[in-house]
Amino acid sequence: MLLEYIAIAVMIAVATLIAGIAIGLGELFGPKKASAAKSMPYESGMNPYGEGTRRMPVRFYLIAVLFILFDIEVVFLLPWAITFRKLGLFGLIEMAIFIVILLIGYVYAWGKGALEWE
Amino acid sequence: MSFWINPLKVAADWLEGLLTGWGLDPTLAHVLVAFLGVMLLIVILMVIDIFLVWIERKTVARFQDRLGPNRLGPFGLIQPFADIIKLIIKEDTTPGGADKVVYNLAPILSMMSVLVVWAVVPLAPVMLGVDLNVGVLFLIAAGAIGTLSIIMAGWSSNNKFALIGGFRQVAVMVAFEIPMLTMLMIPTILAGSMNMNDIIQAQGGRWFFLLSPLGALIFLIAAIAELGRAPFDLAEGESELVAGFNIEYSGMKFGMFYAGELLHAMTFGGIWAILFFGGYRFFGLELVSPFLAIPIFLAKALIGYWIIMWVKYTMMRIRIDQMLIFNWVFLTPLSFVLLMVTALLNVLLRDASTWVYAVSMFASNLLVGWIALEVARSMSKKERTKGEGNSLSLRRGVG
Repeated sequence: MLLEYIAIAVMIAVATLIAGIAIGLGELFGPKKASAAKSMPYESGMNPYGEGTRRMPVRFYLIAVLFILFDIEVVFLLPWAITFRKLGLFGLIEMAIFIVILLIGYVYAWGKGALEWE
Repeated sequence: MSFWINPLKVAADWLEGLLTGWGLDPTLAHVLVAFLGVMLLIVILMVIDIFLVWIERKTVARFQDRLGPNRLGPFGLIQPFADIIKLIIKEDTTPGGADKVVYNLAPILSMMSVLVVWAVVPLAPVMLGVDLNVGVLFLIAAGAIGTLSIIMAGWSSNNKFALIGGFRQVAVMVAFEIPMLTMLMIPTILAGSMNMNDIIQAQGGRWFFLLSPLGALIFLIAAIAELGRAPFDLAEGESELVAGFNIEYSGMKFGMFYAGELLHAMTFGGIWAILFFGGYRFFGLELVSPFLAIPIFLAKALIGYWIIMWVKYTMMRIRIDQMLIFNWVFLTPLSFVLLMVTALLNVLLRDASTWVYAVSMFASNLLVGWIALEVARSMSKKERTKGEGNSLSLRRGVG
């Protein structure tokens, strides 16, 4: 079991290395002539104004919260999906109750307008 | 064991024998051979990736009634190598005020997250990198690193367009991950295992596509959204955001994002083939030799990739509100309903004959899809007759 995860760790290391080498080649062979104009953030040819990293609308964070709600639901569904043949109808009804509870949260979020953009 | 039945095992045994013959510790020799195997897999993937550039350019040219690259070598096959040389000798600029560590790490992570997925992809019955019993879960984990690389690139570039593009892309990826995860559970339920090889073995006789056509379709839609390709490519939005999250990247760093995206598309084609089209299975031919199984799998992956390209170059871009409402109000409930229907039928028809089981699974999928479309149609009709002017209402995106 552990050996398999070591293989995955090796895979991650080698993949990172290969991507790093590819970028390193670019650093090695590419010209390096920095100038003030070149290092300006690209804004379609205009002089950039204000900060580059600014506050983003809260809607994006709302999506992230909704994602967590459903993601956790899915995490609980996964073990059931494997063993549900053994659990049979009982497991299915249990899972249906669980999904209905989350459905209440979903309906609440819908009613509050969290699913709406704007 | 013959070379034609299990070439990797034969080669690994020979190499290990050679290394221990030189006086190397057997454990060390084993690790070294495994390392070489990983290297081989990644190098082959990179070579495939190089030719994917050619395939993509050639295909888009045909869709747009052009010829595509045809100057360098036969059919322009050398063109991608020229592209790479060009990318290498370009200057890597870093915008002022950028977070240098995060900025440089993002393209590496983008490529790495795609390459790592192939660790659990079975290429042939005897050829798979890691026989992980939670293979499906690993796919999700590796995909999450890709999402991370995009928000890293968008945030660290110190550019407003990159930031907006990154946020949009991540919002879409995160939202469409829900139906995708749910659809990953349908092969898991049908096979009773999260192991990729078990899922393929369970598809003997009938592909899961025949048991769950709607599941395969929802997975494809979610995969396209996850890739950020048209019609879900609003992160790119060239008329408004120029290029989205990778706007500040140049040279090989941009090349990594580009190559990563292409390989990601083919990887999703491959995963789609494994989950719903039997992976390397093709009427028993895969048992003859891995030299037959691998081309079968690659052909299926490329067909999946071609369908993703077909959608990309045919559809127009849709707005972010339409996209997210399509996901939250239509795709997510539909995928949960489909999951429960699949589970219910699997419990009820446990003792039924294969034909009854397969036909009722297929019919239930069609029924669920038809009911969902009818509900969406009636909701959007109600919304239209209400006449809310230009306001972006909740149900409009569905219709």
